[in-house]
Parts: sequence; C-alpha cells; structure tokens
Amino acid sequence: MLIFGIPLQLLSTQILLGLINGAFYAILSLGLAIIFGLLNIVNFAHGAFYMMGAFGALLMLDHFAMNYWLALLVVPLTIGLLGCVIERLILRRIYDLDHLYGMILTFGMGLVIVGLFRNQYGATGLPYSMPAALQGGYNLGFMFLPASRAFVILASVAVCLVTWLVIEKTRLGSWLRAATEKPELTEAFGINVPLLITLTYGFGVALAGFAGVLAAPIYSVNPMMGSDLIIVVFAVVVIGGMGSISGAILTGFMLGLVEGVTKVFWPQASTTVIFVIMAIVLLIRPAGLFGKQA
Amino acid sequence: MKIFVSALALLAAGATAASAEISNNSVKIGVLTDQSGVFSSLAGTGSVVAAEMAIADFGDRLGKIELVSADHQNKADIGTQIARRWYDVEGVDLIVDVPNSSVVLAVQELAREKDRLLIVSGAGTASLTNENCSPNGIHWTWDTYAVAVSTGKAMVAQGGDKWFFLTADYAFGHTMQADVTAVVEGAGASVVGTAIAPLNTADFSTYLLQAPSAGANVIALANGGTDTINSLKQAQEFGLTMQAKLAGLAIFLTDVHSMGLDSAQGLYLTTGFYWDRTDESRAWSQRFFEKHGAMPTMSQAGVYSAVTHYLNAIAETGTDAAGPVIAQMKATPVNDFFTENGVIRDDGRMVHDMYLAQVKTPAESTGPWDYYNILATVPGDEAFRPLADSACPLVK
Repeated sequence: MLIFGIPLQLLSTQILLGLINGAFYAILSLGLAIIFGLLNIVNFAHGAFYMMGAFGALLMLDHFAMNYWLALLVVPLTIGLLGCVIERLILRRIYDLDHLYGMILTFGMGLVIVGLFRNQYGATGLPYSMPAALQGGYNLGFMFLPASRAFVILASVAVCLVTWLVIEKTRLGSWLRAATEKPELTEAFGINVPLLITLTYGFGVALAGFAGVLAAPIYSVNPMMGSDLIIVVFAVVVIGGMGSISGAILTGFMLGLVEGVTKVFWPQASTTVIFVIMAIVLLIRPAGLFGKQA
Repeated sequence: MKIFVSALALLAAGATAASAEISNNSVKIGVLTDQSGVFSSLAGTGSVVAAEMAIADFGDRLGKIELVSADHQNKADIGTQIARRWYDVEGVDLIVDVPNSSVVLAVQELAREKDRLLIVSGAGTASLTNENCSPNGIHWTWDTYAVAVSTGKAMVAQGGDKWFFLTADYAFGHTMQADVTAVVEGAGASVVGTAIAPLNTADFSTYLLQAPSAGANVIALANGGTDTINSLKQAQEFGLTMQAKLAGLAIFLTDVHSMGLDSAQGLYLTTGFYWDRTDESRAWSQRFFEKHGAMPTMSQAGVYSAVTHYLNAIAETGTDAAGPVIAQMKATPVNDFFTENGVIRDDGRMVHDMYLAQVKTPAESTGPWDYYNILATVPGDEAFRPLADSACPLVK
C-alpha cells in the first residue's frame, strides 16, 4: 500500500521513530519552558546539562559500576543539585537585568562546561554500552522496535505526565503558577518564592540530565551532543509558546513527528523543517501555538 | 668587463651557496591541526606529539630544529592566516598534518604560492593529488579514494553484491559514494539504494531502516566522525548488522575507541596504519602511548613518518629549500615502522600499502586498543588512484 508514493510500512516506521525523537525534544523543551516560566531566563546552558547527563551515566558506570537504572535516578538528582547551586551563586544576580543578560550568561556557562568536557574527554566522545535489559526488541510487523527506543518513549511520556500533573494539579504546582504570574503577591502570602525559583531551576536542568542519561546508550556520547540538539529544542519551545508547559510537551512530540515524516519525503529538508514551522508560527501566532496571546 | 663578469659569477656562486644552506640556521616545522574540534582526537595534540618524537629521534645532525603548532579551528580562513604568518614571518619550512579538507586545500594553495612545503597527514580529500595537486604538496597517510575503494573491492569479493549507501550530505560524502560506486559496480555488484543524511544528524535510524527494505547486504557509511559513530551505534541497535555487513569508508582507531567494540564489532574498514601490525609499529606505538595516553591513529603515525623522511632529505641535500628537498624525498623510498617501500609520486601522493581490517568482537579483544583484525594487505598500486586516471596537471 502506497501513501503519496511512499510504502505504508516505511511511513509508519518513520512516524514511530519521529515520536521517539520527539520524546527527547519534549523532555528538554519541558525543562526550558518551566525555567523560562518562573525565572524569565532563556537557559542556553540546557544543552550542556543534557550532555552532562549522558557523561554522568558513563562516569558513574566507569567509576562506581553504577548501572543504567540507578544512574537514571542519581544523575538527574546530582545535576539538579548542581543547577540549584548555579542558580543561587550566579543566576540570582541578574534577575533585575534585561533578558539578554540571562541569555548571554547561560550561553557562556554552556560554552565553559562543554569546553571543560572536551578538554578532559576529547571531541569524539566515549562509548556507553546498551544495558542488557534494553538489548533486543519487538517485531511490530512493519518494523523492528528496539527495546531501548520503546523505553525512551515510555520514560519520557511518564516524566512529562508527572511533571504536568504536579504543576497543574498539586498545591506545590499552584504555588509555582502563582509565583510565575505574580511573584510579589505570592511572597506576601508567606510562600518562599526565592526557594521555589532555586528548586525550579534545579528541576528544569535535572530534566535535561534525565534526557541525557536516556540518550547515552543510543547516541554518541560526546561534549558537543547537546549543542547540536539544543537549537532545535529552542525552536520547539518558541513554537509551543514560551513558558507553556503542556505546549512544550505536545509540540516536542509533534515536531519529532513532522521531522520524521520529512525524512521520508525530503531528507535534506529534515533539519530545516522545524525552523520553517517556527517562522510560520511566529508570523501567525507570535505567542506560539499554546502561548497566551498578549 | 672582465671584472664585471667575475663579480657576477661571484655573486651567483654566493647566491647558490646561500641557497644550499639551511635558512635562518634552523629547520622550522609547523603542525597545523584541529586541537579542539571533531578531528582533535584523530590528529590534534597526538600529531604534535608525533612530530616532537620525530625531531627528538632524528638527533642533532642538522643543528637547530624548531617545532610550532597551532589550532586551525576547522576554519579555512584561520588556517590560511596561521599558515601565511608561519611561512612569511616565522620562517616555517614545512607545515604538516592539517586535518579538514577545506582548510588543507587553502593551505596547499598558499604553500605553492610561497614555495614552501606542505605534507598532509590528517586530511583525506583525494583532490589534493588529483585536480588540485601541487608541486609543493605531499599527501602522506590516506585519502578518501584509497580507504573507500579498498573497502569496496574487498566487500564485493566477500559476496557483498547489493550496496546501500548512507551518505553525508556534503562534498566528502558524495565524493566517497561516487568513487565506491564506480568500483563496486565495476566488480559486478549493484547499488540498491542511497540515503542522503544531513551533516551532524543525531538519529540515523530513519535512513538506516531503508536498507533492509531495499534488500541490501552491504551498508556503506559514506560519512565521518560523530556521524559514523551514531550511525553504527544505531545500526547495531536496530539489529541491522544481522541482515547486512557494515562498511566504514573513513574510520579511525579513535572512532572505534569512542564507540566501543559493542557497537563497532564486525565493521570492515581500510586503514593506512595499525599499531599492532609489526614489531616496529608496536614498539613505536608503545612509546607514543606513553607520551600521549592513546594509541596512534594512522594520521598521527603518518606525521612521524613524514617529518622523519623530510629531515632525512634535508640532511642529504644540505638545504631546506622546498624544491631540492621535495626532489630528494621523491627520489628516496620510505621505509620505516609506518610503511615498507613507500614511494612519493609526481602528483604528490605517497603510495604505500593499505590494510583491510575488521573490528574485533569484544570476546576477541584482549583489552583497550586491541581493535582490528588485519584481513589483507592492499598493495599501494591498487589502493590509490592510478596516475592514468589522474586529473593532476603535473602528470599529464
């Protein structure tokens, strides 16, 4: 069966693969959206934290023989803690300044982190073996789905869902939303907004670290891995609407899908298609697909 | 009149004597390489270490030998800027290594303009000794034609008759695909499909999964660096290695080290040097390892071999002027731990044997850096583009 001259089998394969890549976009853009929502900072160091997540998994395995599953928990926590420290010591100083300063500061931080890793581990990166439980896969009839990819999609949907529930349905989430809208008023109610901000940044970068651990067995673990990905993720956030939680998640999966399908019809355009969509969305809905119109 | 003529003769003699000496009383070698980017592991500081070793091993037969090094950051403008300063101001006689095809093509033009010497080890573009060849350039270690074509022929001989190309969408990838296609079709195999992937793609599964439906039994990776590592890792993940053999068209030892044997096992590739091949190569590589902390790639070993051959030529001719030194280098065969009976052709190509290798399985490997089984030696005449097919104006 052919759809637009493309075998259905190939198309369904690409749709599934697109969703898997979308899972990475979703987790990363979710972290960016949360941070932007509360801190008003465009976290350009996000890619570096993602890379640190992958290296974290690798170093834990090499030095502490820590397996993948434990790393999936420990590494994001460690990176989240590091994020808290960075927020306290560095980012806090620039909240009164223009957005631009936050961008430049985090961009510089990202470059320094990547540079340090490149200096230490070289540019081509290091191997991370697939954990035994994720080897093999399932025959879906139209394609072979490796267990590792199936796990990525499950883990990312779970994390996105839980984050969304926490922010939209719990008391902590309501504080967070209140602090995003009216920080002074929220503080007047006795809520510790500075602490909330620290934790939010920590959580946002922990999500990046989590995506990094997920990526370690699948992609080449090298210092540049985040820089390549993060530009796309920024486009995802812009399309979804800066600061919109559900927007970031849905757009992440959606654009993964669009990218996957583009690879079938016109591979050369697959790296550009997201930016074309971004330009169109900005023209028609400048606040993004899910953002509140000003 | 007589006095005038003898004065002229004296002057001329003086000029010859001067040119037969070593300029500035020192031989100066510049290692221009990528010290921080994608080629920094396969060349980079390892190439500087190799050049240092070559100079130290050469001893003090020539008096002062200086070494400088710089990072071209994979930018042709920065590379030429440094090379120009080296040739013009700092009196550098030889520039060596220069990974990255776009940088090296610019530097080769400059070397010709300044009449100095360039020996390329890190970069692979075969056009350096083909349409862009230069009397001042020598291409030492490998080129895209040799590594791709040797692997292609060997795979066809082993029954790989249906080829699928995963090609990186830039000149490097397209050239390799064209060269290999010509060879495998000439050997009776057919190309059943091609996927063109943009440079720096993270996820190759989309492209790779087109191979089994095309009925391929060989998947050729016409890409390099991180792209190769990612595509191999994912081919393994999607179980494609059960259905087809993988052929890497430009693979370095450090790439294999970086992806690990789990991902790389079974991969066929061609290399100009493997450290664990002869007693000499082992001995040298062990010394290199002690200084650098990693086994040498072919480009790093090539830097040592090239610098040594260059210094020997200066010792023979007594000058560091480019013309006589190049003539001497071309007249002398290369015999060292790197190669046996290597010959530098008039187009600048150093023709030497290449080696067809297969990456070991984790069970076969005895430890880090024990990565290749050398399956066959490809004689230099077969590995490199024959002069008869060359577009180089120097050999027309």
